[in-house]
Amino acid sequence: MADTMASIIFYILAIIIVVAAWGIIYCKNLVHSALSMTLCFIAIAGLYALMQADFLAAVQIMIYAGTVVILIALGIMMTRRISMDRTNMPERRYMIWTALITGGLFTCLGIIFIEYPLASVNVKPEGNTVDAIAQLLLGKYMLSFEIAAVLLLAAMIGAVVLAKGADE
Amino acid sequence: MHVGLTQVLILSALLFCIGLYGILVKRNLFAILMCIEIMLNAVNINFAAFNYFLPMPDLSGQVMMIFSITVAAAEVAVGLAIIFKIYHDFKTVNIDKINNMKG
Repeated sequence: MADTMASIIFYILAIIIVVAAWGIIYCKNLVHSALSMTLCFIAIAGLYALMQADFLAAVQIMIYAGTVVILIALGIMMTRRISMDRTNMPERRYMIWTALITGGLFTCLGIIFIEYPLASVNVKPEGNTVDAIAQLLLGKYMLSFEIAAVLLLAAMIGAVVLAKGADE
Repeated sequence: MHVGLTQVLILSALLFCIGLYGILVKRNLFAILMCIEIMLNAVNINFAAFNYFLPMPDLSGQVMMIFSITVAAAEVAVGLAIIFKIYHDFKTVNIDKINNMKG
């Protein structure tokens, strides 16, 4: 991200990401929060594309902005009453302490990242990342790939059994 | 202004802290699930940034992101199933009202 154009795009995307993420917390209506989450995920996909991870940007849009948001919105529709007003209220009691804790955490992390910067070199990778990812995924990380497949199968069976009940 | 690793790390830390705030302050199970997703995305941004800015010989960071996204998808599926079960049993998704065991 050496040139000015990439920097400007990065800052615009960062503003969109942070505002959308804050919108998830701030919205009083759960459906608005889910829509705000879509915006946040699509902006994050843009950030991936900016960091030469084009395949991951596509995966982000397909899985997060597509599937996860739709699943959560469907869940909200299935478990809620007629009016969606004030379904997403924050708890007033914990607000101050939580803000202090998370603000302190962010301050600490920011100080660490600014005071002790890692050596940042821009190595320009090749344009197409899909080939290299496929080589790694089916070569060096073969076992992890298979374990991830088993995990997905187990999650699918577990979700069906949990939601429907094993004895029915 | 030049964008380096530091700026991306600060963005991801901010996203993580927003998600943490939401988890601690919200009482709705769906809102908590959404905030967990934000935190996982902050971690994924870190993976991508390290893979791009540090002198990596290959794309191992992006492979790790694929595994992380896989686990997150499985987590959403199981989490929603658990929420449906809780709603079926308790008729609410507010975590302050779910306080009796073997209900």
